[in-house]
Amino acid sequence: MSVSAPLSASSALGVFTAEAFAAHLASLPPSLPAWWIARKRAAYERFAALPMPSRGDEAWRFSNLSGLTLDGFTLPAAATSVPHAPIGIQKVAKLVFANGRLFSREALSADLVARGVVVDTLQNALVQHEAVVREHLLAQPPKLGSAKFSALHEAFLTDGAFIYVPKGVQLEQPVGVFSYALGATAAIFPHTLVVAGENARVTIVEYFGSANDTEAQLAVGANDLYAGHGAQITYIGKQDWSHRALSFQSNSTVVRRDARVQSLNLHLGARQARHESLSQLAAPGAFSEMLALTVAETDQEFDQRTLQIHQAPNTKSDLLYKNALRGTARTIFSGLIVVDPDAQKTDAYQSNRNLMLSEDAEANSLPGLEIQANDVRCTHGATSSRIDPEQEFYLQSRGIAKEAADELLTFGFFEEVLNRLTDDHLHEALRVLIQTKFKK
Amino acid sequence: MSSLEIKDLHVSIGEKAIVKGLTLTIRSGEVHAIMGPNGTGKSTLSKAIAGHPDYTITSGDVLLDGASILEKEADERARAGIFLAFQYPSEIPGVSIANFLRAAIQARMAEGEEIDATAYYKRLYSKMDMLKIDRKFTSRAVNDGFSGGEKKRCEILQMAMLEPKFSLMDETDSGLDIDALRIVSEGVNALRGPNLGVLMITHYQRLLNYIVPDYVHVMWDGRIVKSGDKSLALELEAKGYDWVKKELALATA
Repeated sequence: MSVSAPLSASSALGVFTAEAFAAHLASLPPSLPAWWIARKRAAYERFAALPMPSRGDEAWRFSNLSGLTLDGFTLPAAATSVPHAPIGIQKVAKLVFANGRLFSREALSADLVARGVVVDTLQNALVQHEAVVREHLLAQPPKLGSAKFSALHEAFLTDGAFIYVPKGVQLEQPVGVFSYALGATAAIFPHTLVVAGENARVTIVEYFGSANDTEAQLAVGANDLYAGHGAQITYIGKQDWSHRALSFQSNSTVVRRDARVQSLNLHLGARQARHESLSQLAAPGAFSEMLALTVAETDQEFDQRTLQIHQAPNTKSDLLYKNALRGTARTIFSGLIVVDPDAQKTDAYQSNRNLMLSEDAEANSLPGLEIQANDVRCTHGATSSRIDPEQEFYLQSRGIAKEAADELLTFGFFEEVLNRLTDDHLHEALRVLIQTKFKK
Repeated sequence: MSSLEIKDLHVSIGEKAIVKGLTLTIRSGEVHAIMGPNGTGKSTLSKAIAGHPDYTITSGDVLLDGASILEKEADERARAGIFLAFQYPSEIPGVSIANFLRAAIQARMAEGEEIDATAYYKRLYSKMDMLKIDRKFTSRAVNDGFSGGEKKRCEILQMAMLEPKFSLMDETDSGLDIDALRIVSEGVNALRGPNLGVLMITHYQRLLNYIVPDYVHVMWDGRIVKSGDKSLALELEAKGYDWVKKELALATA
C-alpha cells in the first residue's frame, strides 16, 4: 500500500518560518511604531494559517499551481552594487532599493521639500508621517485571491517608497522608484505608497529588475495609490525580473471625487508572475484607467487578475490589457467589474486582447461583470488573434523580413496602449524597453 | 540596365489557374501598361511576382537581371529591387509611416550599419513635399484611416523612398478622384527615369493620359493577347474590350 506523502508544514511556509520572521523583526530599526510591528505580527499569523492556492480555487483558475513555491529562497544581504538604471527619463527625485533596503537616492529640490512634497523611505515615513502611512499603507484587504502572499508581503516588508504630494502641488517630472533583487535566491518585498492630496498631480515610474535572467528569485510586492479629491496620479510599473523569478504583485488604487488615476503595467520578466490590480472608484467623478502590456515568451506565465469596483455614482473605469505571446508562454486574464447598487451612471470598460505569435502559446481570458445598479454602461470583451497575413505580406513586400515584420506589427499592437500616455518621453522610453526584450 | 523577364508564367490560386502562360520583358527606363477587363489575372500577376504566399507559380519563371526570383521570399524579392504598389494597401495600426519606412530602409542595410536619421528625414520630407503629403503624416499609422487618395500617395512615397528597379503598380488609379490622380501621376512621372522600369496594371485608359506608357499590352484570360504602343490604349478606349474578344474569336476560329 502506498501512502502519498503529506504536505509538510514547511511547504506552506517555505523558508518563511517563525524563526525567519523573528529574525526579520529583530533586524528592523527600533524606532518603528508599535502598531506597525503588531500589524506585521498579525500578518505573519495570517500567512502561516492560510494554505497555498489549490485546485478548485476559482481565483487561481488556469494558474500553474505547481510553479508556486516558497521554498529555496533566502532573505538576502544588503547589496554592494546595483545594475545600471535602465531608462533615461528626467526625474524629480529617485529612490533605489536593492534587496529591500535603500541603496541610493536623488533627493527632491529644496523648493519642493518646502512645499511639503515627500519622497522618502517607508521606514522614515512610518516615523515622520505616521498618520498618513497608517491610514493608507496596505489599507485595502486583498480581494483577488492572494491573501496568503499579501500577508507574507506585509510580514516581511522591510522598506519601500513613500511619495506624498500635498494639496495643489503638481510635479512636472516623474518620481522614480527602482527595486532590484540581487543574488541567486533572493526574496524581496518591494512596496510603494503614493498619496496625492487635493488637486495634486504626480507621475511615478517604478522599475523592478534583477542583475541577470538566470536567478531564481522571489518578489512579493505591493503598492497603494491614493488619489484625493481632484488629484491625478500616473503610475508606470515595469516588471523586468529575472526570467527564473517567481513574482507576486498586488496593486491597490483608491480614487476619490473627480480624481483620476492612470496606471500602466509593463510585464516582461519572471518565469511566473501573478499581478493583481484593484481599483476602487470611491466617490463621484472618479476615473481609473488601467493599462497593461505583456510580452510573454519562452515558458513564461503571466497571470493577471483585476477588479474594478464602482462604489459611487458617475464613476468611470477603463481597462485595456494587451498580451503578445511567443514560444510556449501562457497568459491568464481574469477581470471583474463590480457596480454597487447606488453607483448609477457608472461607465466601465474592460478589454483583454491577445496577439498569438506562436502556435504553442496559450491565452486564457475570464472577463466578468457583477452589476447591481440599473443605469450603467458596462462593456467587456476578450479577443485572441494572430498576425494578419495580409499585413505581414505588405511589410515583407517592402523588404522587411518576416521576423522583423511580426515584431513591427507587435509594436503596432501595443501602440494603442502606449498612446494613452500623454507624456511623449515616457511613451518613447517604454517603447525602447519593449524593443529591448524583443532583441534579447 | 536591369531587366525583369516574365517567361511563360502560370499562376494558380488553390486549384484554379489564373495566369496561363504570360511572357513579357521589361527593361529599366520602360513603362509598360497591362490593360484588361476584371478577372483576367492582372492583379494575380503582380502579386505572384511580388511573392504573395497564396499564389502558386505552377510553371514558367521570373528573372531579375537574369536570375530567377521564384525561390526568394517576398522580402528578399523586395530587397532585390521589386516593388508592388498595392491596389488595396493594408492598414497597419500603431506603426507610423516614419518607423515603417525606417525599418524598410534598415532592412536594406548591412548588419550593424545604422541609418543616418538626419539624412533620412531630409529625404523623406523632400519626397513628401513632391507628393504633396503633409509632414504630419510621418507620425500617422500606415494607411490607418487614410482616404483612398492618401493610401495611393503613401504607396508612391514608399516607392520613392525605396528606389526599386521595377515597380508593379496594381490599379494605382482606382479609388482616386481627378486631383488625387494628378498628384499620384506627377509623383510617378517624377520617379520615371533610366533606372526604373514600371509595369502599370489598369482597367481604364484614364490613367494612361497622365502616365504615358511606352508599351501597352492587353491581357485576356491569363495571357497577353495584344501588344502595341500607347495608341493601342486609345483604340481600346474607343472600341471597348468586346473588340479584343471578337478579334480573339476570329483568330481562334
